[in-house]
Amino acid sequence: MPDHPDVEAWSCPLPLRDYDRIVIGHGGGGKLSGELIEHLFVPAFNRGREVELHDAATFDVEGGRLAFSTDSYVVRPLFFAGGCIGDLAVNGTVNDVAMSGAQPIALSAGFILEEGLPMATLGAVVAAMAAAADAAGVGIATGDTKVVDAGLADGMYINTAGIGVVPDGVDIRPSRARAGDAVILSGPIGEHGVAVMSTREGLEFGTDVRSDSAPLHGLVAVMLDAFRDIHVLRDATRGGVTASLCEIATSAHVGLVFEERAVPVPPAVAAACSFLGLDAMNIANEGKLVAFVPPEGLDAVMNAMHEHECGRDACVIGRVVDDHPGVVVARTAFGARRVVDVPLGEQLPRIC
Amino acid sequence: MKYLDEFNDPELAASLFAEIERITTRPWAIMEVCGGQTHSIIRNGIDQLLPDTIELIHGPGCPVCVTPLGVIDKALEIASRPDVIFCSFGDMLRVPGSGRDLFQVKSEGGDVRVVYSPLDAVKLATDHPDRDVVFFAIGFETTAPANAMAVHLAARQELTNFSVLVSHVLVPPAIQAIASSPASRVDGFLAAGHVCSVMGTRQYGPLVERFGIPIVVTGFEPLDVLEGIRRVVAQLEAGTAVLENAYERVVSEEGNTPAQRMLDDVFEVCDRQWRGIGEIPASGWRLAPRYDDFNAELRFGVGAIDTPESDRCRSGEVLQGLIKPHQCEAFGTDCTPRSPLGATMVSSEGACAAYYQYRRLDAGPGVEVSLRQPAGAGSDRA
Amino acid sequence: MCLAVPGQIIEVREEQGTRMATISFDGIHKDICLAYLPDVDVGDYAIVHVGFAISKIDESSALETLQMFKDLGILDEELGVVDDDDAATEGATR
Repeated sequence: MPDHPDVEAWSCPLPLRDYDRIVIGHGGGGKLSGELIEHLFVPAFNRGREVELHDAATFDVEGGRLAFSTDSYVVRPLFFAGGCIGDLAVNGTVNDVAMSGAQPIALSAGFILEEGLPMATLGAVVAAMAAAADAAGVGIATGDTKVVDAGLADGMYINTAGIGVVPDGVDIRPSRARAGDAVILSGPIGEHGVAVMSTREGLEFGTDVRSDSAPLHGLVAVMLDAFRDIHVLRDATRGGVTASLCEIATSAHVGLVFEERAVPVPPAVAAACSFLGLDAMNIANEGKLVAFVPPEGLDAVMNAMHEHECGRDACVIGRVVDDHPGVVVARTAFGARRVVDVPLGEQLPRIC
Repeated sequence: MKYLDEFNDPELAASLFAEIERITTRPWAIMEVCGGQTHSIIRNGIDQLLPDTIELIHGPGCPVCVTPLGVIDKALEIASRPDVIFCSFGDMLRVPGSGRDLFQVKSEGGDVRVVYSPLDAVKLATDHPDRDVVFFAIGFETTAPANAMAVHLAARQELTNFSVLVSHVLVPPAIQAIASSPASRVDGFLAAGHVCSVMGTRQYGPLVERFGIPIVVTGFEPLDVLEGIRRVVAQLEAGTAVLENAYERVVSEEGNTPAQRMLDDVFEVCDRQWRGIGEIPASGWRLAPRYDDFNAELRFGVGAIDTPESDRCRSGEVLQGLIKPHQCEAFGTDCTPRSPLGATMVSSEGACAAYYQYRRLDAGPGVEVSLRQPAGAGSDRA
Repeated sequence: MCLAVPGQIIEVREEQGTRMATISFDGIHKDICLAYLPDVDVGDYAIVHVGFAISKIDESSALETLQMFKDLGILDEELGVVDDDDAATEGATR
């Protein structure tokens, strides 16, 4: 069964009046809102530093390009094996920024809370965000809180946005994909999606699989140190590796061929996919990336990845080709070729 | 996974491909009557790797493909009712009825839920006594025992808020209908292994006798599918026609007796519309009258809904192997995976959807349909 | 109607008069109904479809079938080497 962060053990640093649940007033901008900021968010995200609260956070940046990304987190359930909405909200946006080659500087965090959300749950999520931010070396510099009526927001929704600076000489974007580029996958797939699915009503199953949620900017940094001219990076989140490959092939108008047998799938993920009738390639990851690297940089990048904890199992799964621009082709274990495309909507368990 | 991975071994598959190649001297058309087998064939590219002279015709073996429009419309009507929790297997959610599908009903406020097992729906009924829980009970004989048990348990627990919308279909009458069609090109059949694990193999002997065609009970993993094909081809080459069981580790002649007893109790045979094919007599199961209290058609008064099929959709001819998808005027124009006219385009393993994928490889995205067929699909012999 | 996969029974119990089991698919545990396989017990392998075990796997038959495929490979090799008239191609390696 999924392990939940111990919400009972979370203790408020200073009393938040006598509310054990979020009420509408916490989003109203008055004293209750102020208390939430002063006694929950600020201490969690600033670890004892003195901060001046005003409408915007400001940073000094050296000349260069900024990378800027945003994502919203609506995962249900809020807690699952290997993490919670909090670490997803931090790692997910850190990773989005990192996929342009930038090192993230800071995040914003906007909360939409459901009236009636237990304070202890919010506290546990915030503590998880703080821990993830610390681990990633990133600050949560600004934020906002709104409260909506009970029945909305599934407990809570979080939006995070992130900024980072792209180092000189780094130009990473889908249109840089070129015939001959190797397609690297940083590790085994499907863990996050399976971990979350295992607790979903109507599908529940017991498993040891845990979300792979992790910040990837450290891995990206060592990859770029090894070889500056990486062409494309993409974190394989919603839609899985399939979505990443198809989106890049479409936007760069290049063809891609990959070997099904080269894609690492943990046995437990394969088993879950088997009995539900799902394809692991379409399942979300939260700590995996694909990289398109020209042949001259391949060895250096692979060696660097293998030395890093997020890239130990990195492998080459395919290549960019001149043929069939815009189309991704899989070579099956039996030697046949099959066009791969994203499903129209969400992948659903099937019986047929 | 044990007893799964071993039957996916590429080296053993290579031996089977080689053997099939070795023994094939003439063109043959073989039909598999099971969506799961179609999925395995397309997923692994088996049809591409067989000799060009062997044509695999994907039969009407998927509940998505054959559920008639009228039944989908009944489901949509029930799912739209305010107090209903409508539960379904995932396959059915995107199947279009007359203008909408269950996903759209959900977006309009209907409580539509995907479940893995019909027992999950029974549990929902127990947990929500104030709501009407309806389960969409579709499928072939493989799924019917599970659906039957759900009704049986609901009756035993005296639930008053649980009902099922039944649309079961049976394989032997479908094989009979296809084999007796004068235009049929099918030389041999792969029978559905999991259907036979429930029903046994005895219903297929008479079909072999009557039509003089080989039928081989076949499994689902690549090696199983190849072995089924190998045995059909071996018979065709030798001019024999007998029933064989190539899935002996799972299928016995008598099948699953406790399941059959439950099926006899909960269901009774009826005529059934097969989408795109028309009515096949005695080819379906409906809920037996003793379980009227659990019959969603009666509870919600949707029995009269009977929608005529699109006259542009030729999925029935595709399912019977009479035409190839690109020979339908609507293919790729009015009918695409995003806006399907019939279920062979809805289901990603439907023949039309599969063809739609392949043509992209030949012609590139956004280019008009080319008439070139996927490699290994065999020649147009019609 | 056909997606049914093999798993191993690891626990059997009665729930409100119905025989249920926990089945393991390579470490994934799922609660399933065992009512249709009264003779199956812990340690046995069964095929599971939509939460129901519908058939026991005959393990010796499985091994025999695999052995037959392996023997076919050896036979094909021999035929490929010995008989040049046969259209013995490489099959999947094309």
